[in-house]
Amino acid sequence: MENLERIIAEHPFFAGLDHRFMTLLVGCASNVRFEAGTYIFREGGEANEFYLIRAGKVALEMHAPQHKPIIVSTLGEGEILGWSWLLPPYHWKFHARAVGDTRAIALDGKCLRTKCEENHDLGYELVKRFAYIVDQRLEATRLQLLDVYSVR
Amino acid sequence: MTTTTTTNPMVSQPYLVREVAKETSDTFTLTLEPESGANGTSFQPGQFSMLWVFGVGELPISISGHPSERDRLVYTVRSVGQATHALVSQAAGGCVGVRGPYGTGWPAEKAKGRDVIVVAGGIGLAPLRPLIYEILSNREAYGRLTILYGARSPRDLLYRKELTAWARQRDTQVLVTVDYGGLAWRGHVGVVTTLFKYARLQPSRSTAMVCGPEIMMRFVARELEAHGLARPDIYLSMERNMKCGIGFCGHCQYGPHFICKDGPIFPYEQLRPLLEKHEL
Amino acid sequence: MAQEQHTILPVNQLEKLIEAVSRKGYEILGPTVRDGAIVYDQMESAEELPAGWTDEQGPGRYRLKRREDQAVFGYAVGPQSWKKYLHPSEVKLWASERQGATFRILNNETRPKRPYAFLGVRACELAAIAIQDRVLLEDKYCDPIYKERRSRALVIAVQCTQAAATCFCASMGTGPRAQTGFDLALTELIGPGGHRFVVETGSKRGAEVLAEFETAPATDADCHEAEAAVDRGAAQQVRSIDTEGVKDLLYQNFEHPRWDHVAARCLTCANCTMVCPTCFCTTVEDITDVTGDHAERWRRSDSCFTQNFSYIHGGSVRTSSKARYRQWMTHKLASWIDQFGTSGCVGCGRCITWCPVGIDITEEVRAIRGENTHGKP
Repeated sequence: MENLERIIAEHPFFAGLDHRFMTLLVGCASNVRFEAGTYIFREGGEANEFYLIRAGKVALEMHAPQHKPIIVSTLGEGEILGWSWLLPPYHWKFHARAVGDTRAIALDGKCLRTKCEENHDLGYELVKRFAYIVDQRLEATRLQLLDVYSVR
Repeated sequence: MTTTTTTNPMVSQPYLVREVAKETSDTFTLTLEPESGANGTSFQPGQFSMLWVFGVGELPISISGHPSERDRLVYTVRSVGQATHALVSQAAGGCVGVRGPYGTGWPAEKAKGRDVIVVAGGIGLAPLRPLIYEILSNREAYGRLTILYGARSPRDLLYRKELTAWARQRDTQVLVTVDYGGLAWRGHVGVVTTLFKYARLQPSRSTAMVCGPEIMMRFVARELEAHGLARPDIYLSMERNMKCGIGFCGHCQYGPHFICKDGPIFPYEQLRPLLEKHEL
Repeated sequence: MAQEQHTILPVNQLEKLIEAVSRKGYEILGPTVRDGAIVYDQMESAEELPAGWTDEQGPGRYRLKRREDQAVFGYAVGPQSWKKYLHPSEVKLWASERQGATFRILNNETRPKRPYAFLGVRACELAAIAIQDRVLLEDKYCDPIYKERRSRALVIAVQCTQAAATCFCASMGTGPRAQTGFDLALTELIGPGGHRFVVETGSKRGAEVLAEFETAPATDADCHEAEAAVDRGAAQQVRSIDTEGVKDLLYQNFEHPRWDHVAARCLTCANCTMVCPTCFCTTVEDITDVTGDHAERWRRSDSCFTQNFSYIHGGSVRTSSKARYRQWMTHKLASWIDQFGTSGCVGCGRCITWCPVGIDITEEVRAIRGENTHGKP
């Protein structure tokens, strides 16, 4: 547990978080491990957790009929996986597959959601941090959309 | 044997095509050598030549070979139109006209003693390759080398074998990403700016050299700044239409700069006010 | 200027000057009336000069009118400038022929048979030639085609004694008085002293031409009359550009609403770039014969107003007419200063006259200044 606390406390994503909330988070955390090729979650599934990737790589995929499945993004060490736990309808929008063996810290989103409703200060802190991630990913996705390497 | 008036900077020198190697479905690397008896030419990494295909047209193409190989000139060309198609369709033994080298090169001297971050997008890796060669053959003179490279998809990656070999060099980190990956791809997927978080950078002692589509370079420069690099330590290679390569046709003007003679390589602080301007 | 250098040439002796120039082996190019305009062409006799003609110019307007006197150079400028000869709009760079798998460059001579003599060069045109010298001879590379024509050219200037409504050389500091850059300069006087020219010698080459025939020295009175005539011409100018800080003004107003205003009028017809004496942009064209074994590279004039001027794979950078007009004007008045040390504009007014919709560059500068919120008020 102490190891988890240290990792969470030191992670830049949680920097500046009040000590009480830190303890709360640690209470919702656990070490997890995914073998290469495992689907961590699938599109449409219930989004009840998020992950702090400690090692390995996770691919976010889209599967659509008549299309070959494509990877839209990969996340690696130190990155946060998953924000659909925070907002209704609490369903995953993509598949997430461990590309290689992947270790992560899983945080219980369902539990955290309840706590956020009870304590809006905690809620605000988490929403602020996730908004930052969404902003980063959105900018990167927009660049991807531009398809800069193609020839018109 | 040519009878050119050597004082005329618009006259091409015929070079023989030694080899045309396929890199990807639309990109080829040409190796040219001077006709027998003619002198080879030296170049600075980052410079370009004007390549002429008999009766078709002339194009500015970055030199992408080893700067110490004076007996040849190497170019990686992407076939995107009539003239580039004619260029890559040359067969070994054919002939291509060459003028140059022109333009400013990457500031390798200024980067000595510092870490070098090379950021390439798509065909942008071609004009950076001579710089990478330069650094690796002078390894002691430079600090860490970080190569960040993004392409559209795994099939569009250039110089794959060399990328692997470079990653094995001392104090050298190579990170590759693609915009679109199939399930078989086990590497990174995302635009090249997403690689920064995996790079081991020491920003205050780093010089960055960036080449790729203009919008990619804009985002990369911002990301480099966000990571602590100073604007004077970031260099971009710009591109515009060129008809002469020597500052007369006027086509390559970008604000007050002639890309052919004031560039193509510019420090970011000179470009920053221009990059944001739409239709400049 | 030392008055001992000035001589008097009666108008009926103008022919002697032309003969002397011709005897020295020059091809004489000068003004003549054709197609309702005063254009530059080869000439052999003073009779071909536009005596008794003047021009009436305004935005999008050019008319020739008969004068009451027989002044030979009693007009401002026509649609052409001397770049017609120094920086020709079509010239072959070189030819090449296939030889098996390789090709051979053929040694081509595009040198004109005889050196040029320009007769009737205005101060604004002298300034424009000096500006093109800077671009084509004195920068990183040297254009041998321009150099060949320029170095051998004999320049006979004409001091302007009247201005067209579109002239603004005074505000650009390029005229109307020609001070350097000529071999000879003529000031035409019509008055009690008779119809004559005060001739200034600007070079050894000019002096050698004058030495070919008899001339009388100009009197003090002649010289004063000549100076006064040029001053009168300067006073006639109604247009001007306030060049103070114009570079920063244009650099800082990239998104000024005036650009939309001008874009709504500009046809991107490229007339302005064709008539402008300093515009130098060119393109290169490759042609082959039917067999494909013989190829030629030609250089042609080009204009930044064309759709394809800024084309790189994927499309043009400047697609809108707004971007293209802005590029031209900013280059001419601002970027040129950073590139070559002077403005690119000589105030000849041709772009105003020959614009089919009458866009006036002096008005555009005022408009941007007037609503300027950056820089000085």
